[in-house]
Amino acid sequence: MIPFDYRLAPDVDGAVAAATGWGGVAFLAGGTNLVDHMKLGVAAPEVLVDISRLPLDAVEELPDGGLRIGATVRNSDLAAHPAVRRDYPVLARALLSGASGQVRNLATTGGNLLQRTRCAYFQDLSTPCNKREPGTGCSAIGGYTRQHAILGASAHCVATHPSDMAVAMAALDAQVTVLGTSGRRVIPLVELHRLPGDEPHRDTVLSPSDLITAVELPPLPEGTRSLYRKVRDRASYAFALVSVAAVLRVEDGVVRDVRIALGGVAHKPWRARRAEDVLRGSPVDGSPADEEVFRRAAEAELAGAAPLAGNGFKVPLARNTVVSALRGLSREER
Amino acid sequence: MTDLLRPRVLGQSPTRVDGPAKVTGTARYAGDQRVSDPAYVHLVQADVARGVLTEVDVSAAQALHGVLAVLTPDNAPRLASTDDAELAAFQSHEVAFRGQVVAAVVARTREIARHAAALVRVEIDQRPHDVHLSADRDDLYAPEKVNGGSATDTEQGDIGTGLAHSPFTLDQTYTTAWYNNNPLEPHTTTALWLDGDLALYESTQGVHTTRESTARVLGLAPERVHVIAPHVGGGFGSKGTVHVHVIIAALAAKAVPGTPVKLALTRQQMFSLVGYRTPTIQRVRLGCDADGRLAVVAVDAVGQTARIKEFAEQTAVPSRTVYAAPNRRTTHRLAALDVPVPSWMRAPGECPGMFGPEVAVDELAIACGLDPVEFRIRNEPDVDPDTGKPFSSRNLVACLREGARRFGWEHRDPAPRARAESGWLMGTGVAASTYPVNRIPGSVATVRCTAPGRYLVSIGAVDIGTGTWTSLAQIAADALGADFTDVEMRIGDTARPRASVAGGSSGITSWGSTVVAAAREFRRTFGDHPAEGAEASAAMPEDDVGEEYAMHAFGAQFAEVRVHADTGEVRVPRLLGVFAVGRVVNPRLARSQLIGGMTMGLSMALHEHSVLDERFGHVVNHDFAEYHIATNSDVPHVEAHWVEEHDPHTNPMGTKGIGEIGIVGTAAAIANAAHHATGVRVRDLPLTLDHFLE
Repeated sequence: MIPFDYRLAPDVDGAVAAATGWGGVAFLAGGTNLVDHMKLGVAAPEVLVDISRLPLDAVEELPDGGLRIGATVRNSDLAAHPAVRRDYPVLARALLSGASGQVRNLATTGGNLLQRTRCAYFQDLSTPCNKREPGTGCSAIGGYTRQHAILGASAHCVATHPSDMAVAMAALDAQVTVLGTSGRRVIPLVELHRLPGDEPHRDTVLSPSDLITAVELPPLPEGTRSLYRKVRDRASYAFALVSVAAVLRVEDGVVRDVRIALGGVAHKPWRARRAEDVLRGSPVDGSPADEEVFRRAAEAELAGAAPLAGNGFKVPLARNTVVSALRGLSREER
Repeated sequence: MTDLLRPRVLGQSPTRVDGPAKVTGTARYAGDQRVSDPAYVHLVQADVARGVLTEVDVSAAQALHGVLAVLTPDNAPRLASTDDAELAAFQSHEVAFRGQVVAAVVARTREIARHAAALVRVEIDQRPHDVHLSADRDDLYAPEKVNGGSATDTEQGDIGTGLAHSPFTLDQTYTTAWYNNNPLEPHTTTALWLDGDLALYESTQGVHTTRESTARVLGLAPERVHVIAPHVGGGFGSKGTVHVHVIIAALAAKAVPGTPVKLALTRQQMFSLVGYRTPTIQRVRLGCDADGRLAVVAVDAVGQTARIKEFAEQTAVPSRTVYAAPNRRTTHRLAALDVPVPSWMRAPGECPGMFGPEVAVDELAIACGLDPVEFRIRNEPDVDPDTGKPFSSRNLVACLREGARRFGWEHRDPAPRARAESGWLMGTGVAASTYPVNRIPGSVATVRCTAPGRYLVSIGAVDIGTGTWTSLAQIAADALGADFTDVEMRIGDTARPRASVAGGSSGITSWGSTVVAAAREFRRTFGDHPAEGAEASAAMPEDDVGEEYAMHAFGAQFAEVRVHADTGEVRVPRLLGVFAVGRVVNPRLARSQLIGGMTMGLSMALHEHSVLDERFGHVVNHDFAEYHIATNSDVPHVEAHWVEEHDPHTNPMGTKGIGEIGIVGTAAAIANAAHHATGVRVRDLPLTLDHFLE
């Protein structure tokens, strides 16, 4: 481990100030990803600004029925929160399907969003990686691609974002509150993470001194059901090959509202707008909530999939998982 | 050997004598040993698979405050023996595999050592490497012998004629993956030199074997090397032979005179430095008559070895013994590649080698319309088909019948893809297990009376988590006619009498026989009322009947598998094994060994797979996040049972080894069940969901 400076953030504004002006800076909260990276040499920040004791650890129910989640709320606390369990089962299930109990006890909401890809080549200093060292090349292309993207990748990077929580939040239209040197701003979660393009070293639209302070979830209309379905290579403690967060409202057998996000398939939580369009019908009069439509929706989303050698199976897997999730939700409805 | 010990404590289940120390965290493993003011070692590895070191620049590392020494091929002392190329640390500038150690930093703290290691600049003139294993290579070769000293090839009868006359035949190729042993405790050495003697606190399966190998490499008299291993956090074969970190720790300690050093491998380093199970390619040919009686059993196995050191996995050996057939053939061929050195991993030979044949038997049973349990029973041999010798005992059929009864096999509809439940396709499968009764000569034990009725029993055996502390005390108690609580064991140290390695499921047979011999010698000399301080020793007795009998343990494993109809996810809600393993010393510990083996077999079936990136020559998924081992959620229900088996020939306890048989056959049973569930026959492990996606 390379020596580094450590600052305890005095308050929220002080955290941003403390993080400004350094060449390499990282906020430290749960440390479940960052500390690993520091041991491996993937990250070598000059300074760590410890935000774990900032008063950002509350979950508040908002007057409009939504929820504000502080950035340092632990994953385990969030999953267990009564309002999350009652109103956002998709989020509770996504959280509980991630990592292990011990990791969830440490990992925070903001840190979960900002965790980096688990691409094996990214985490191994002995193999070239554009995300870790821009311009060196992508080792995953032509290599081991099981955990890699089928949507939105580039010739420079095919990594996936590993979070489960973020996929659920993408389907919930979450808004991320960010404090930066020029003040506070709100970013839709689906716009927080980037596609790799030719700058795969940039995971998100944030700058290094930007601090996520909260995530807000708008309320879900009465009668909406949601679930998170994670498919992985073992029953627990594995990243998603494909995951589906689905939010669905069906009335009289017709889709009235739907939001779908996919995990494990792209550099960011993948909001499946094309599938949603099919399900909403054209014009927006709702499609029948049946197997044929679910399949057509999934196929519409995946029409643009570009699998790599070695991960072609993720296309039918994603299709089937979307269908399976929607089928489950619509059956629940009846 | 017909005078089997009369069991009193044998067959009881005393709890582990080392249990309280382990659960309270006071048991000291190799890295926990208290030595004064130790330094720490971190290794630098080659990042190419083949080449020649042209420069190892240590200046930046050396300049770091707290760095005490940096060992490289340019400055390391010459070793006395480089016969074992794996252990020839820093003796050459050749790089023979990716991950080979090219430098080692010794520093005041672990953190400084690791930081400094990253600052060592290594220049390698890279040469083209070859890490591609294939049965089609034109340079495959036949090793002189395979692991365990078995013949490389065997042939009886005529395969071609046998197949030509068989109404039902099978010719398929099966593959098992590259697997890395991953004991929870990484390989760790604490080394210190004192007056020319070397002390090693080592995480090892054999203190005396570690002493002997290390002494040979370093050019020391064996008695100058002291190896201590009171507790070992798992080995699974990877701690059965000395690996290079031990030699490096000794050199590092020598480089900082008067300072002990600690060296713990990282999980990632374990993937190239402590052995692994070779991937195997198994061509299986079977032929049988209309009644399912086998006329042909042929297994041609291909594996890999390292170019610098041969390890010949005995993949086809188990198929020589399991079923009767007049026409038989086995072969072993190796590809010598620029890969890390493969080595022992739980049930080498039997574990991979019972995958192909046991899936093939399932396929052939289905082809000729027979129940797979019945098919196996019909092919039960009268004598060992390989040697013609009688079995000392053989109860495969009893295991199959008892397993079928317990599992509820009789209600099974043989049709594949016939049952579904909540979106999951359900199936069941069976496979046979076998493992030889190995005994390794050369152990000695001492019994000493410490107080009236109290005994101290010493033998340099090692408890690698199997329960040796406890089971040897049980054997000693019965051999002495003493109470269990009146026997104290002293093991895990070369200060105790010499003992063989904990490998090949040979521990209880070898050490137990030795303890019994020492106890009998003690009683013969001192009678029932020995004086305090009375002491007797004995070596392991000669095996007087081993040549007359074929000695093997057998078992039958049953698996229930469900496969998700949409996603192909594979789950194993139930595993049941019945084993015939002679007398069971301690049912509690035995059950742990058997279900542990079965769990590892399940892990092999569904998850484990070291993914080689041939472009670089390394295992890409070299950590616990990506090298998947079964989690608790993957193993909801595993049960192990055993049939009564009286075998007066194996040893005075009547036991057979149980450490490895549990992993043998599990993967085949699961693959067979997955076929029953889905109708999809998978012949390549692991059984990942993509095999079953539609």
